[in-house]
Amino acid sequence: MQYVDNVVFVAVLALAIFWFSKQVGRIRKNINLGRDIDRTDRKSERWSTMLRVAFGQSKMQARPIPGILHFIVYAGFILINIEVLEILIDGIFGTHRVFAPVLGESFYGVVIGFFEVLAVLVLLACVIFLWRRNVSKVKRFQSAEMKGWAFRDGNNILVIEIVLMTALLTMNAAEANFEGHGQAPFLVSAYLAPLFSGLDQSTLHFVERFAWWFHILGILAFLNYLPVSKHFHIILAFPNTWFSNLDAKGRFSNMASVTKEVKMMMDPNADPFAAPAEGDEAAEPGRFGAKDVTDLNWVNLMNAYSCTECGRCTSECPANITGKKLSPRKVMMDTRDRLEEVGANVAKNGEFKEDGKSLLDDYITREELWACTSCNACTQACPVNIDPLSIIVQMRNYLVMEESAAPQELNLMMTNVENNGAPWQFAQADRLNWKDEA
Amino acid sequence: MSEALKVPTMAEMMASGQKPEVLFWVGCAGSFDDRAKKITRAFVKLLNKANVPFAVLGTEESCTGDPAKRAGNEFLFQMQALMNIEVLNAYEVQKIVTTCPHCFNTLKNEYPELGGKYEVMHHTQFLKKLLDEGKLKVEGGVYKGKRITFHDPCYLGRANDEYEAPREVLAQLEADISEMKSCKQRGLCCGAGGAQMFKEAEKGNKEVNIERTEQALEVQPDIVATGCPFCNTMMTDGVKVKEQSTKVKVYDVAELLAKAQA
Repeated sequence: MQYVDNVVFVAVLALAIFWFSKQVGRIRKNINLGRDIDRTDRKSERWSTMLRVAFGQSKMQARPIPGILHFIVYAGFILINIEVLEILIDGIFGTHRVFAPVLGESFYGVVIGFFEVLAVLVLLACVIFLWRRNVSKVKRFQSAEMKGWAFRDGNNILVIEIVLMTALLTMNAAEANFEGHGQAPFLVSAYLAPLFSGLDQSTLHFVERFAWWFHILGILAFLNYLPVSKHFHIILAFPNTWFSNLDAKGRFSNMASVTKEVKMMMDPNADPFAAPAEGDEAAEPGRFGAKDVTDLNWVNLMNAYSCTECGRCTSECPANITGKKLSPRKVMMDTRDRLEEVGANVAKNGEFKEDGKSLLDDYITREELWACTSCNACTQACPVNIDPLSIIVQMRNYLVMEESAAPQELNLMMTNVENNGAPWQFAQADRLNWKDEA
Repeated sequence: MSEALKVPTMAEMMASGQKPEVLFWVGCAGSFDDRAKKITRAFVKLLNKANVPFAVLGTEESCTGDPAKRAGNEFLFQMQALMNIEVLNAYEVQKIVTTCPHCFNTLKNEYPELGGKYEVMHHTQFLKKLLDEGKLKVEGGVYKGKRITFHDPCYLGRANDEYEAPREVLAQLEADISEMKSCKQRGLCCGAGGAQMFKEAEKGNKEVNIERTEQALEVQPDIVATGCPFCNTMMTDGVKVKEQSTKVKVYDVAELLAKAQA
């Protein structure tokens, strides 16, 4: 019977890991529904971007208050994981504080004390974050797209983190009251220990065990909450920055399929009726631009799963600031929600079964798309290098090139460019008139 | 500004067997928009003053295709691009300077892949170079005691990471340079980009250019400086709407420098 705990622990751990990998597999499959794009060039620049932006959180610090608070939670998360590793080993092998003899009692005490300080800081940061979302109501958390699940999700994460940190401290505080406890009390729990001093030994042991199990089961449950939550950014932030656009932000990619056709149009020797070269048929694009999520490339789709809905993009967007419907964050959330829907459809039917819906119109309206000034404020603001502009432009490509559905004034502008080489109705022959005008 | 400008075209240059050092890409706004034409003339005046051997394409220039591309019309963009590249390559152009950040961005970033590989500079970068080399000097102290704030064009700033060149030119004007609350990487758009210049804005509670103008007016400037003909239009309109046109003037960096010449 003495191995019951270990067996239960290993079974729960295996189940949690199995379920988590299954969910990651689902997200991976969904991301791969996107068009191909090669983002494997300039590897050293990619590694340094990831180190700087994701690991070093460089872009978070553009707003110092949430930047520092977030850094605390992040550092706490990474470092306290060392203690979680110990808990996992203890759980599997039935040991207790297996790192203590390895590190030596006194040094171990310092390390755990440090983790306890972090735990308190994380706890405080989460309370402040909750305050910002629910009491002081920071504007970027109040937009239309932040109602319902998005609102609850943000609070869930913060409450879970507070509960987990509390369990960790409770565990240590109860243990500090154990009889014959050789280890000196840890830095923070030493102050909490008196709260439990009135309890008898068996209750203390129960509290310690309960907190231990509660903490680790909580972590495993949280792990499985990630894939249905915005909190998945703690994983995807890393690949998302690695695969991010390294070119100048102003550079929009040129559609290769169009280049071929335009070159043919301009080539006086081209035979428009010539049969395509062998193998060329396969390269025929299904559609110009993007109407649905599967028309976007897989980096766009990974972007959607990486978004943590912080709204820095939206709060810097000139269209949004001036009351237009466009919100870059909503573009990312819509892309993710539609992708979840399409992914579920594919999983159920083996292949996508037409559902009469699309990202365009059913999720993102034309009014939103046409409000964009392509100013790149959103891509600049994103702490994990998400690119909402890329999606907006691809959807405009679809609207113009497949549906000829640009606003009338833009059609006029394009007709002018086509006929007289300027967006206004001026003759090309008059292009140099400014030279002689005083 | 009434003195005659020397504006040779590439065709004339070629006919006389000459090759200019740099092509000045004027752009559609610079060619046709009454306000922007003044910027074009101011820049040419500076090029003449510094004796820069340049030429323009004149009637052979055509829209880069930028507004078409941002509006989503990739076909039209590439048609324009390939036609322009044919002209530019026929003249063996190697270096281009332009007063429009949209042309600058398109020529610099989107043409190379289509066969148009040139060294492309924004006019503020070019002017900074001329000042550094001593080919241009600031004279007269016209701006002593004046407060200037610079509005970053998105397609020069965020799009191409150039924040310093226009500021370094302005710094030489002996004026008081004040930054807006949101500037450089976080500079707010004027509202014209992404082909918005050519259409009415979607429904909202404010025009983008008004929001930006209000930010500019907060620093109580005498002059709002820009480096883009479209930003210039938007900011000029904004200042007009805010009824500040008598107190606050909107000028391009090139115009400011041109006025500071003896």
